[in-house]
Amino acid sequence: MNLIKYRNLFFAFSLLIIVPGLVAFTVWGLKLGIDFTGGTIWEVKFSELQSVDTNEVRKLLDENGAQSAQVAATSQNSTLIRMKATDENKINELKSKLNEKFKKTEIIRLDTVGPTISKELTNKAMLAVAVAIVGIVLYITWSFRSIPKPTSSLAFGFCTVFALVHDVIVVVGIFAILGHFFAIEVDSLFITALLTVIGFSVHDTIVVFDRIRENLKKSNLPFEEVINGSLLQTMSRSLNTSLTAVFVLLALFLFGGESIKYFVLALLVGIISGTYSSIFNAAPLLVTWNNQRARLQRRKG
Amino acid sequence: MLFALIILLTLSVLFIDLPKITIFGRSFSHPNLSKSFIKRDLEPKLGLDLAGGVQLVMSADMSSIPQEDRDNALASAQDIVERRVNSLGVAEAVVQASKSNDKYRLICELPGVSDVDQAISSCQRSAHLEFRQLKKDVALEATASVLPENFENTGLTGKDLKRAQAEPSKDPTNPGYVVSLQFLPDGAKKFEEITKNNLQKPLAMFLDAEPISWPPPTVQTVISDGNAQISGRFTSKEARNLAIQLNAGALPVPLKIESQTRIGPSIGQESIQRSIVASIIGLATVAVFMLFYYRLLGIFAVIALSIYTLIVFAIFKIIPVTLTLAGIAGFVLSVGMAVDANILIFERIKEERKWGKPKIESFFSGFDRAWTSIRDSNVSSLITTAILFNFGTGAIRGFALTLAIGILVSMFTAITVSRNLLRLFWIGKV
Repeated sequence: MNLIKYRNLFFAFSLLIIVPGLVAFTVWGLKLGIDFTGGTIWEVKFSELQSVDTNEVRKLLDENGAQSAQVAATSQNSTLIRMKATDENKINELKSKLNEKFKKTEIIRLDTVGPTISKELTNKAMLAVAVAIVGIVLYITWSFRSIPKPTSSLAFGFCTVFALVHDVIVVVGIFAILGHFFAIEVDSLFITALLTVIGFSVHDTIVVFDRIRENLKKSNLPFEEVINGSLLQTMSRSLNTSLTAVFVLLALFLFGGESIKYFVLALLVGIISGTYSSIFNAAPLLVTWNNQRARLQRRKG
Repeated sequence: MLFALIILLTLSVLFIDLPKITIFGRSFSHPNLSKSFIKRDLEPKLGLDLAGGVQLVMSADMSSIPQEDRDNALASAQDIVERRVNSLGVAEAVVQASKSNDKYRLICELPGVSDVDQAISSCQRSAHLEFRQLKKDVALEATASVLPENFENTGLTGKDLKRAQAEPSKDPTNPGYVVSLQFLPDGAKKFEEITKNNLQKPLAMFLDAEPISWPPPTVQTVISDGNAQISGRFTSKEARNLAIQLNAGALPVPLKIESQTRIGPSIGQESIQRSIVASIIGLATVAVFMLFYYRLLGIFAVIALSIYTLIVFAIFKIIPVTLTLAGIAGFVLSVGMAVDANILIFERIKEERKWGKPKIESFFSGFDRAWTSIRDSNVSSLITTAILFNFGTGAIRGFALTLAIGILVSMFTAITVSRNLLRLFWIGKV
């Protein structure tokens, strides 16, 4: 089987996922949660009522000075309230008003993030992603320093980063789409997922590249064939590993806790993308890189 | 030999992992050994999202505190909040001080707290320091009379104190550490009056109506310049603690809640059950897959993975790692990583066999060749976990920590446990 021959097809498939995601990201952006925007999220359960009208809750909150409150039902008798960052005293005041009108209420969860904290988090998140990428590029370049001709460790580093950026874009793009259509928000755990995906993506790529490095050292076959052979040899490992990760993540996504659901989803998307990109993008890209370089040299020579 | 060590390791981590159990009215538990050894029990620590509770990020208003005293003031505020939280009886409370870009903050985590409103208001209240003297009608001679309730207010409070500082004693007859007090001009006048009236009598200090430095020091001379010294042959730590407590009254910082997370106890309970179910389903699927795909080799992988899980859980208990939902995700994900190491090795062994190498040779080269892949790929994951650990707080740290521990242990089990199991039972040669 010659995988390398179909490399442009594989690149095209990646574009098919990436382009809509990128468009969604540029047009709509990500739907940012209160971790980044600041605000209060308050889930209230009305223990003694069978059902509760969200409009009534919103009206009551508005009348008592809650700032831009949005109320959505999370079950028959519980609601999720979103408003601008609201301090403790105000919350207690609103709570007693709710108690007056709707009998007993119970706080299921309450999250308030002040504006300074959210701003700091945004800066720290960007810094963390940048540091992670730089750190990994340095490690790859160092780790693959003794790569035999005709490639250079630079090519390996570049292709790894390409696969990594691919995965980040896929996850971000899909969440931009989910954010627009299903109002799924990204929070600080999303950044965590992105960084973990970066780590995994490189993990996968390294396993493939490690085999390519080994085969380049011991075989005299043309470059393309060495790459293809290495891909086929590592294929079942790549798929099996990613399958086991997908199994556990899928179990967490379906049966696990509600608050990490989208965190797990981001990991799931990222790991699937990471497996794809390490097999079908990173290694074939090495061939493209190599051919281009050969062409350039021929033109010069 | 190595195999015996592995058995021993497995049994000892199993011992740590076992929860407290009661059989026929007799309770068996692991902490019997560990109480004296690690000085705390080995119950798993549950984080906020599993135990329910509240996390507060409070910013300290330092505008009225001079620049050089701000670190002291933050340390004092932290001490105060810690004392109050402990008096509420919150078992796993954590109070952290953080300082970034001139922002002083206290992060206060109170998992499992029942009365959240009370907890929040007692965290936020600022400290009140009072100097109290012995009531007039109490006789000094009787030792029994020196009880906290026999003291009355002098009118001298934390507001009159400029700062307290621990320093080594300069008096050779009275070695150790002392705490020096500096009063503000008004306070110095009050203090002079008090020392005049209470010569050779005790002068007690009360923080939030609780006595500190008990029994109280005795006034030795009249002090008129507002510079006093408490000497009691303190160790440096005792003196520092006393200074911190006094500063809490001298340098009160208003605390404002910047952000908070509250999670009701019912949702925590539900999360625990759901995560346990999800983890079991996930791990079982992996085990079935490994058995189905690798057959005989798969059995070794499943045994190795079980030992891996036991070791990781034991480490979580020993460190201790506070378990959160994200932390559980990190752990489950690390199982995926641990399987990866086994898969890499098995695939390599299968390949070597296909190339016609004998069993034993393919076994050795399988491990040797797979090792570089395992090492290089895990280093990149460790780089990201290290960055995550520095980037985040709470949930993110929990995730990074559990994932990192998982990765490290998985490298260990892959090269020791899997290797020895295979060597013993698959090759049949020790």
